[in-house]
Amino acid sequence: MQRIGVFVCWCGSNIAGTVDVQAVSDALKNEPGVVFSTNYQYMCSQAGQDMIINAVKEHNLTGIVVCSCSPRMHEATFRRTAQAAGLNPYMVEIANIREQCSWVHKDIPTGTEKAIILGKAAVAKVNLNTPLTPGESPVTKRALVIGGGIAGIQTALDIADAGFPVDIVEKKPTIGGKMAQLDKTFPTLDCAACILTPKMVDVAQNDKIRIFSYSEVTDVKGFVGNFDVTIKKNARYVKEDICTGCGACVEKCPMKKVPNEFNLGMDNRSAIYIPFAQAVPKVATIDPNACNMLKNGKCGLCARVCAAGAIDYTQKDEYIEEKYGAIVVATGFNPISMDKFDEFAYNQSKDVITSLEFERLTNAAGPTAGKLLRPSDGKHPHTIVFVQCVGSRCDACAEKGKEYCSKICCMYTAKHAMLTRDKYPDTDVYVFYIDVRTPGKNFDEFYRRAVEEYGVHYVKGMVGKVVPEGDKLKVQASDLLENKQLHIDADLVVLAAAIEPDKSARPLATMLTASMDTNDFFTEAHPKLRPVESPTAGVFLSGACQGPKDIPETVSQAGAAASKVIGLLAKDKLTGNPCIAHSNELMCNGCSSCERVCPYGAITYEDKEFRMPDRTTLVRRIAVVNPAVCQGCGACTVACPSGAMDLHGFASGQIMAEVDAICK
Amino acid sequence: MNNKYLYEDLLRMSGVNPKKCMRCGKCSATCPAYDEMEYHPHQFVSMVENGDIEPLLNSDSLYKCLTCFACVDRCPRGVEPAKLVEAVRLAAVRKQGANHLKADSVPDMLDDETPQQLIVSAFRKYSK
Amino acid sequence: MQMNEYKPLIVAFCCNWCSYAGADLAGNNRLNYPADVKIIRVPCSCRVNPMFILRAFQRGADGVIICGCHPGDCHYTSGNYYTRRRMAMLFSMLDYLGIEKERTRVEWVSAAEGAKFAATMNDFAEKVAALGENKRLEDLRCKR
Repeated sequence: MQRIGVFVCWCGSNIAGTVDVQAVSDALKNEPGVVFSTNYQYMCSQAGQDMIINAVKEHNLTGIVVCSCSPRMHEATFRRTAQAAGLNPYMVEIANIREQCSWVHKDIPTGTEKAIILGKAAVAKVNLNTPLTPGESPVTKRALVIGGGIAGIQTALDIADAGFPVDIVEKKPTIGGKMAQLDKTFPTLDCAACILTPKMVDVAQNDKIRIFSYSEVTDVKGFVGNFDVTIKKNARYVKEDICTGCGACVEKCPMKKVPNEFNLGMDNRSAIYIPFAQAVPKVATIDPNACNMLKNGKCGLCARVCAAGAIDYTQKDEYIEEKYGAIVVATGFNPISMDKFDEFAYNQSKDVITSLEFERLTNAAGPTAGKLLRPSDGKHPHTIVFVQCVGSRCDACAEKGKEYCSKICCMYTAKHAMLTRDKYPDTDVYVFYIDVRTPGKNFDEFYRRAVEEYGVHYVKGMVGKVVPEGDKLKVQASDLLENKQLHIDADLVVLAAAIEPDKSARPLATMLTASMDTNDFFTEAHPKLRPVESPTAGVFLSGACQGPKDIPETVSQAGAAASKVIGLLAKDKLTGNPCIAHSNELMCNGCSSCERVCPYGAITYEDKEFRMPDRTTLVRRIAVVNPAVCQGCGACTVACPSGAMDLHGFASGQIMAEVDAICK
Repeated sequence: MNNKYLYEDLLRMSGVNPKKCMRCGKCSATCPAYDEMEYHPHQFVSMVENGDIEPLLNSDSLYKCLTCFACVDRCPRGVEPAKLVEAVRLAAVRKQGANHLKADSVPDMLDDETPQQLIVSAFRKYSK
Repeated sequence: MQMNEYKPLIVAFCCNWCSYAGADLAGNNRLNYPADVKIIRVPCSCRVNPMFILRAFQRGADGVIICGCHPGDCHYTSGNYYTRRRMAMLFSMLDYLGIEKERTRVEWVSAAEGAKFAATMNDFAEKVAALGENKRLEDLRCKR
């Protein structure tokens, strides 16, 4: 039997004004388990807290009920008081007689009556309270960043800066991501390579950072602070530690007709390749689908020219297992496929390109060495049509595109249009827009400059169809403001394709038990207040995997994710919330109902041996709750058909006792 | 809106929700009969939405629409302007009554691929 | 005159993160609602076992209301969706047993909606009071 002390607070006149506190403390004196009951002006004051501590010692109290303000206000205070008095802090219950009683009811008899009932409910609950100890788990002081674009790079650098080791896993042969493919960046127009490649070098030179390029995460187990991750290092047939990146093999390779992914297939590369000059790590990779030696054992030229002897045709995929304390997802985005947009003739004409292709076309390191030439005949285009919102802002049932606004297209199209007019004033540039969305620092000014200073024709309307005719592209479009249909003979059409999360994100989310929205973007723990954390503890989000983002936003989110990771790794031990679910193994029948409703994947199953009364043993499947992952929502307790699952701090018996106390 | 009854009738007949339109004008951009029309596809959607239906009923544009469904196919928002035009046409036909073209008089040479609605709207057009 | 003296007994289950905070906000803003409403704090609306509701009715409660975060806002990402489904089933069963639908309710109240909390409770208490005492599930053995 508990020995409970009841402490009724006046809160000055806040409570005492509408509740007869003396009557409350007198009435609660006779409740089962209560051995001491008193009231005082300010329970949360030092004097009030001392009063509680003394009463605990004097009356050997095992439980405390404080009738005062909301537990959201002072529950933590009174728990500390209980701890100071030598009690378990979870033996305290608060009856909320201020916010939910004295402040909302006007006359004293009603208020007093309700306060007594609320006090009785709290007493009934404390009678069933048990001491709880928060679980502790160690923290592996190493972070994993999945994705090596600007988001992943910035996150890794910031974490390493705080002194924690970081691993980057990148599925391409080099880090750098989409930003490495860009030419200039809006709105300041500094060149992407000039600001990105120094960061890539920083990553390579930082002794806290390891790069797993050409690798992918294949399995994630464990929980916050203790993730066990399997990384698959794909065979690149080149010994990474020996290769100097001299490029002799690339030059000699006879198989030179492989579409170059880095330039989006606008030129060719060899079967052994280094994606671009500033690649990190600067190591050659053999494309097994193109290499003659790997396909039919004929060639071997690269091995002969390699002075370092780095080529290894027998290399196998390698699996690495590593422990991490935190995981940052930075898987980024891709432009959507244009295959379903027949009206723009993307697959019929080489001169209809996406904006990312245009980016490569104007990049000094691109297929045309920075000269704006038509992909079909290498001639200089004189009329260029930019089409915005291709695949963005589509209706959900239209199936071709995406429902959301891709956010970055308005700005990069303004950039492309402006740069084209700047370099080639003899070109006519049309931009067809539905809305121009430029919410960002110096963004609208940038767009206006494109119109006012550079003379880009912005047309409110949409392109209906593009028909290749001879060496021209017949563009049929509407000008809504002039209410007429336009027919433009264009040389080049650039489509601002919508962006979508990388395809690898969905299986990764399953591995991490991180949630995603219908568009496969990762969801954040709270859209406003916890924007870089996923609902799964220990998993953080960085960059466009969470939603469309431009570079400044990505970098700031990457820094925010890094600071959250640092905060987690700086702890030696993680103290959990003790109010979590637990399963009674004698009652559990292993039905999996709880596992299916758990939003965190905290419940697993194990086979356990039970000794039966007749001395035989029986192996049964039972549910086990991982205390480090469970957040204590209680969904499983209701789903459990046998009543084996219960929640510490809010046990079924406790809530039932409260219901009984209220309904008496 | 002074045409509330007609407005709701049109929405019911067409199954189109003009409120989904985001004013991109792709319907008008794609329309092959654009130059023949007094009111263009995007105006149809916008005028119906505003209850401005009388001028549409009296306009020749109704019969210039080819019902080629290019706008339906390409609308990013799934608004389906051609179905709205068709509904207005039907409203006009109902108003004047009588159907001059009989189904029996259509030659037996229709393409299987032809959308059902195109055939129906052809009837309506020739019923003028 | 007897009707005036009758006071319904209403049990409200409020989730800790949204509705309980909303109830606190109603208090902070001194928005009155009937004292017949007694609030029980649960971590999430999905912690509310249908057994608790049956027990409340058995013990003489006249109405039970469950408040949770708005759909999509659940602190535990999906708890309130479970609540919605479970309660839809339970309430239709209770309706079948003769516990009128007006005696049971699920309402979404955010931490910022003190006014909505008070308005909801006023409305609910009024509807329950109009129905009178709940006799259908009451267990006479529990009567004192």
